[in-house]
Order: sequence, then structure tokens, then C-alpha cells
Amino acid sequence: MKRFVGSVRKEFYHIFRDRRSLFILFGMPIVQILLFGFAITNEINNVDIAILDQSNDVTSKEIINKIAASKHFSILDIIQQESSIESIFKKGKVKAVLQFENNFGRHLIKEKQATVQILTDATDPNMANTISNYISSILKNYQQELNNTVSIDYQIVPQSRMVYNAELKSVYMFVPGVMTVILMLVSAMMTSISITREKEQGTMEILLVSPLKPFQVIIGKVFPYIFLSVINAIVIVLLSIFIFNVPVKGSLFLLGFESILFIITSLALGILISTISSTQQTAMMISLMGLMLPTILLSGFIFPISSMPLPLQGISNIIPAKWFIIIVKGIMLKGVGIGFLLKETLILFAMTLVFMGISVKKYKIRLE
Amino acid sequence: MMKAQNVIEVDNLSKLFGDFVAVNQISFHVKAGEIFGFLGANGAGKTTAMKMLIGISSPSSGKATVAGFDVYKQAESIKKNIGYMSQKFALYDDLTVKENITFFGGIYGLSKKQIDQKRCELVEELGLQEVTNSLVASLPLGWKQKLAFSVSLLHEPKIVFLDEPTGGVDPITRRQFWELIYKAAHNGTTIFVTTHYMDEAEYCDRVSIMVNGKIDALDTPKKLKEQYKTDTMNDVFLKLARG
Repeated sequence: MKRFVGSVRKEFYHIFRDRRSLFILFGMPIVQILLFGFAITNEINNVDIAILDQSNDVTSKEIINKIAASKHFSILDIIQQESSIESIFKKGKVKAVLQFENNFGRHLIKEKQATVQILTDATDPNMANTISNYISSILKNYQQELNNTVSIDYQIVPQSRMVYNAELKSVYMFVPGVMTVILMLVSAMMTSISITREKEQGTMEILLVSPLKPFQVIIGKVFPYIFLSVINAIVIVLLSIFIFNVPVKGSLFLLGFESILFIITSLALGILISTISSTQQTAMMISLMGLMLPTILLSGFIFPISSMPLPLQGISNIIPAKWFIIIVKGIMLKGVGIGFLLKETLILFAMTLVFMGISVKKYKIRLE
Repeated sequence: MMKAQNVIEVDNLSKLFGDFVAVNQISFHVKAGEIFGFLGANGAGKTTAMKMLIGISSPSSGKATVAGFDVYKQAESIKKNIGYMSQKFALYDDLTVKENITFFGGIYGLSKKQIDQKRCELVEELGLQEVTNSLVASLPLGWKQKLAFSVSLLHEPKIVFLDEPTGGVDPITRRQFWELIYKAAHNGTTIFVTTHYMDEAEYCDRVSIMVNGKIDALDTPKKLKEQYKTDTMNDVFLKLARG
């Protein structure tokens, strides 16, 4: 026990005296969560659009006012002829043009159906799709209000179904992903680097010649990172709650437990990486290419797994991050309990055991 | 007892990596309190042989005991009774002198009181009073080596293994380093040392010279020089290594 405390204390000295690792440990999580939360977002804010109102009646004016009032759009221009549409797009001034048909209001009342055309600049297809969805949702909203006051079934075409979370907040989707990436980064990359550093410096040999057993050496090195990762997880959750108003609907205790499980999974991966790499650079490259990229791209963090080709869907199953993201989304956004997350939890647990098993085996071979 | 007790006994020890024979049936023994020089060109198998003796590599065949313990079955007991310092080692650069001593004392199971006492002795002996709280990175290489050697003796091991301990150190510091070695040997510690410096070989009680995985010569420096009819160990080494 005393040996363990000594090893842990020494590891903390290493961490706190190395500015670079300190930055990765504590700077990255904050920078990442803020970046993903504010900058890299699917949400649209103050997108410039233009209006072509060929009807110019009360109804169309009301809809325009509604759009103008939303924080998502700002109306840059009211154009008069259809021929101006092309030029305004070409200038790149607006991302979308909203065109009300002739006699929009009359059609709506007499025929109970009227058309609004949403023209979007599809050079950025994702953006175009999002804008179109947002505008449709505003139209639908207006239509509902109308139908509530007058008991006639008016219809504004096009209709579109909103697939976003109710409050149109993309940060909801990012928090679980960012949390996963950061815990993975800190736990797997930092531990693999710190273990390979001892190998590079030749001090690992000294530790192995000492009466410390190999697993004691490793535990001593890894333990501080569990502690620091837990602090990171807490910081991320606090930032989410207080800056982005993301709720934690489920149990904080369960979230904590699952986070520690995932941290240990990542640490086991880090140990595994350190057994197959002999230099810090190798460890870092393997961590970045072998862990970070799949974690970001294939875990369902940014791109939905269901829309991936089948082979990639298969691969996503062996990525621990996928299961942890499901767990975090479940607890934070849906508020589900352990009963619904049993499968994911067991998968992470099994993965941890496998990684540790392989590490022990590799470690022994290396010693031969 | 008439004869000093053997603390290392090696009998036909071999190590194979696939088809490659790194260490080929070597046999020797080292007496308690002896300074034993383990020489050989790069790649002759010195390091591999040493790794088997310190319990981090298991032999392919043959027998060996270190401090009375079997290298196959009692590696853990061996580790408690030996000290080790390598050319690369390397105390922790980002820890202070004091923290390094505390850490290494700790992993060898010394109590806080013992560590404090040892530290005071060691700091005084090496004249490190001014720098106990400085990072090891800021010390000159020679000081680091001397400190590393003293740290490897913290737990009063029966045998200390030194793997090219004076690599890259100036002649004066090497001289001082060997004074430390003599002192440790005088206190009863057995010294097992590999080196490339043939003048250092002259300081040893006995030396063995490894060539291509085998021990080709083993005796006192004086007798080896007589046997090969030369004046220096350097010439002995060259004659053997060139075959």
C-alpha cells in the first residue's frame, strides 16, 4: 500500500510538472466543449434570407414577421421580381429565398391550401437541408396557430417534419459525444504516453527490476489518470448544465458510475497501446489514428450509425465510444435507468476485460 | 570459512531468440564482496546475460542462482536483494533529488524513517546539500550517475548490477564513480559491472570477456595480461574480440 501511494505521488509530480500534459488534461476538455457547443454546430443562427412576396397580403406579412422575429433568420432583402432570385444567390448574400405565390392569403382561405416555395443555396447541402427544415417548422407553427383560432383546416404547403430535438438545440447531441472523446483522449492517450515515456527513459527497466510487480507498476501509473478523468467528467457535466442548459434527466450517480467504467475501458486500451509501442511518438500516433478518429467518426457522435454502409456499422460495434454515447444520451437526455442500459454496460465491461487480458499477455511476451 | 561464499553461480546458462543463440552455455561464479567485470563487445550477449540474472528475462536452459535464489522460480526474491543501475538510467528528471530518493526508497519497502536517514547520509556523502530540492534535470551528468548509483544502494542490496554505468562521463567523474564502487565493495556489497572502458577493467578483481555469446576468458586482470602476453587489458580485449 505504501509502495502504491509512493508510485501515485510520483506520477502526480510527472503530470503537474509537464505543462503540455497539463494543458491536454485540463485545457482540452474546456476548449473542446466550448468549441463544439458554440462554433461547430448544426444549429443555425441569424442566417440571411430574402423574401419574394408576390401576394403581399395580411397572411404573408404575418408569416414574414414571424420569420423575422425568430433568432434563426434575419431578413436581408425583400425582392420584387423572380428574376432577382438568381442574382441574389449568385452574390452569395443570402442562404435562402422564401417565395410566396400570388394570392397566397386568398388561396389559403378559399382553397384551404397555399404554397410557399423555399429556395435554398445547396452548395452546403447540410445547411440547406437544415434551413429548409427550420422554415417549414415556422410555417407549420403559424398554420397551427391559425387553425386553433379559426376552426377550419388550413394548410400551408410545403410541410416538413422536424427531426431535431424539440428545442432545436444541437448542443444536446454534442455533449455526450464530446464527453466521450475527451475521456478517451485523456485516459487512453495520456496513459499510453506516460507508460511509453518510462520505457524510453529506461526507468521502466528499473521499475521491473525492483520488487514492484508489473501490475503494481501499471496500477501506480494509471490510478492518477482515473482521478483526473473523473474530474474532467465532472467539469464537462457542469459546463453542460450551466453554460448550455443541457439537462441531466437521469441519475447523476449512474452517470458517474458509467463514466468510471468507460474511463477504465479507455485506460485498459491505453495500457494495451503502450505494450505494443516502444516510443511516445508511436503511442501518440496509435492513439490518435487508431482511437480518436474512429471515436469521432464511427461512434455515432457526429454521423448517425444507421446511415452508414453495413460494414462500417459492423465496425462501429467494436468501438467502445459507441456504447458509452448511447449510455450518456440515455441518462442525460432521456433519463433512463440502468435497466435500459444493461446491454451497453455489459459490453463495455466485457471489452475492458478483453483489453486487460491482451495487455497482460503482451506484457509477458515482452518480458521474455 | 576459508573460501568466500559465492553470491552468483551460473552453470551452462543459455538464451535463444528463435534460432539465434544470444547467450551460449556460459558458466561462472561471483564471490561475495567481489568487483566482477563483465566485458564484451556490443552484441556479444552481455546485456541479455545480465537480464537473466536480474530476473527480467527467463533463461532458455542452464542453471543460475543469484543471492542464493533460483532465477527461474525465485525472481521476486532476487529482486529484493539486488540493486540495478543502467547506462540509460536515469533518475526521474522531473523529480527533485529528494523526491527521487523517497520514491525509490519507497518501492523497495523502506520506512519513512529509514528513507530520511539514508537520504541525509547520501546527500552528505555526495555533497548534494545545496541541490536536494532541485530537479534532477538541472544536475550535471556526472552527479546524476553518482546519485543513481547511491540510489541503487539505498536498500542495502547484496549485489548491485551496473550496466555501463560510466557511459558518457568525463575521466575525473569516472574516477570518483569508481571510488564509490570501491567503497560499496569494501562495505561488503558485491559489484557486477559491465563496461567499455578497459582502464576500468583494470580496477576489477576479476573480469570475464564475452565473445559471440560465450565467455572466452575469465580471470584476474593481472593473469589475463600474462596469459595473453600484453601490458594492458585493452590489448587482451582486442586479441579476443578479433578472434
